[in-house]
Amino acid sequence: MIVGERKPIEEILEMTKQYEKLYVAGCGSCVTVCLAGGEKEVGILSTALNIAAKKDGRELKIIEGTIERQCEKEWVREMKNQVKESDAVLSMACGIGVQVVAELYPEKPVFPALNTTLMGYPTQHAIWLENCRACGDCILHLTGGICPVSRCAKQLMNGPCGGSQNGKCEIDPEIECAWALIYDKLKATNRLDWMSEIQPPKRWDLAGSGGPRKTIKEEEVIA
Amino acid sequence: MKAGSNLEKILEKGEFAVTSECGPPKSANGDVIRQKAKLLKGKIDASNITDNQTAIVRLSSMAAATILLQEGVEPVMQITARDRNRIGIQSDLLGASAIGIRNVLLLTGDHQKFGNHPYSKGVFDLDSIQMVQMVKQMRDDKKFQSGEEMDFPPKLFIGAAENPFADPFEFRVARLGKKIMAGADFIQTQGIYDLERFEKWMAGIREKGLHKKVHILGGVIPFKSAGAAKYIARKVPGMLVPESLIERMKKASDAKAEGIKIAVETIASLRKIEGVHGVHVMAIEWEEKVPEIVEKAGLLPRPAI
Repeated sequence: MIVGERKPIEEILEMTKQYEKLYVAGCGSCVTVCLAGGEKEVGILSTALNIAAKKDGRELKIIEGTIERQCEKEWVREMKNQVKESDAVLSMACGIGVQVVAELYPEKPVFPALNTTLMGYPTQHAIWLENCRACGDCILHLTGGICPVSRCAKQLMNGPCGGSQNGKCEIDPEIECAWALIYDKLKATNRLDWMSEIQPPKRWDLAGSGGPRKTIKEEEVIA
Repeated sequence: MKAGSNLEKILEKGEFAVTSECGPPKSANGDVIRQKAKLLKGKIDASNITDNQTAIVRLSSMAAATILLQEGVEPVMQITARDRNRIGIQSDLLGASAIGIRNVLLLTGDHQKFGNHPYSKGVFDLDSIQMVQMVKQMRDDKKFQSGEEMDFPPKLFIGAAENPFADPFEFRVARLGKKIMAGADFIQTQGIYDLERFEKWMAGIREKGLHKKVHILGGVIPFKSAGAAKYIARKVPGMLVPESLIERMKKASDAKAEGIKIAVETIASLRKIEGVHGVHVMAIEWEEKVPEIVEKAGLLPRPAI
């Protein structure tokens, strides 16, 4: 899923302090699950903004609301009335949701309350590990189900660099060396031979270097 | 001859080669390189020029290598995958060859997190193995990485690095095999302190016959102080330093002399290992000691070819 974390309150105040009516909009999907931008976090942020406004002697009226998904227009259209009533929207969705809201309500200022941090999964409660970069050319079938594009600090394709020691990455002893994990997995599954073959340079055009990407499922597109 | 460099001639003749390392300054002062060149001239077969080592911005490796050439010291120009994509690297390879640089060493590079611009974007378009393969393809097949042909290929003796002390250990022999398959002509290893582990790695290399396909130069880094020994042991990624050596440095009355003594002993041990064709002396910011180390190791005068 997509994981995010709330921006510092100071940064949010700086973006929004000139507005008197603020719609704090949560998203009920990924960011609810990762405890960053769901109904509960909308409530917490709204309270913090109210306290700050009171302290500064500013008028502030907050509309709270959380929709199912801010990344789909159908749901975002349901925000219409609250958007109309407010001076600005403070979206607690990921960067995708913020942009869909901004696109659907061109006359309204829309601000991000979160930093979208990664695509990954929780290794334990409240800790999320990045494990996909959407590189557009998945090689997990070769690498034992462990992604070197997202999990190797140098995105190497031919095994660990000289900084891999005791299964840890050179940049941080808390980070596991992806290639050490791949090595162990391939060894356990009798596929270690692959590690001795030279893997060709990756096509980074598919990973975003080729310009903004679009995925089209031709047969489903309604002309 | 693949590139006709002095280093290539020495190695092909079966002489025990000596290379060293020269770190460019964190400034535009080319005289720093000129002074280092004067120290090294005639004492080594070629000197590496590091490419923004530890991810700290320094005078560029191509410019520094050019200055070495002007001063009569053969350069081994290092190129990392960290700062340039395949377009930039190929361009530099053509440029280096045109200037007269005949040796290159292709490395992944230290992560930018370690340097003085930790917020920068690491490139890592290619990895070191893919870089080696690319240079070989340019030199021998007259083709760019994309497959497009060129009429005047670069003449370069291709080097790569290997760290026998990194993990997984069993993969370190296979990784060298990949670099040879990719086209490496010579290998310079990480600094060797743990000779036992190095010998184990070399045994693995010989078992696969890899020592006959590539020239391996063992890395030697002299300790400047007991503190430096401890720092290398604890803080530098991918280094193994036996406690006994740290103790030796601690107890020494003259730590600098002891550091050099250990380096000279290491070189003597390396010369006895089958498949080691030379040494790579990395006296980091201590280049003035290279001639002394080489002399004490009995490797002077250098053969003139």
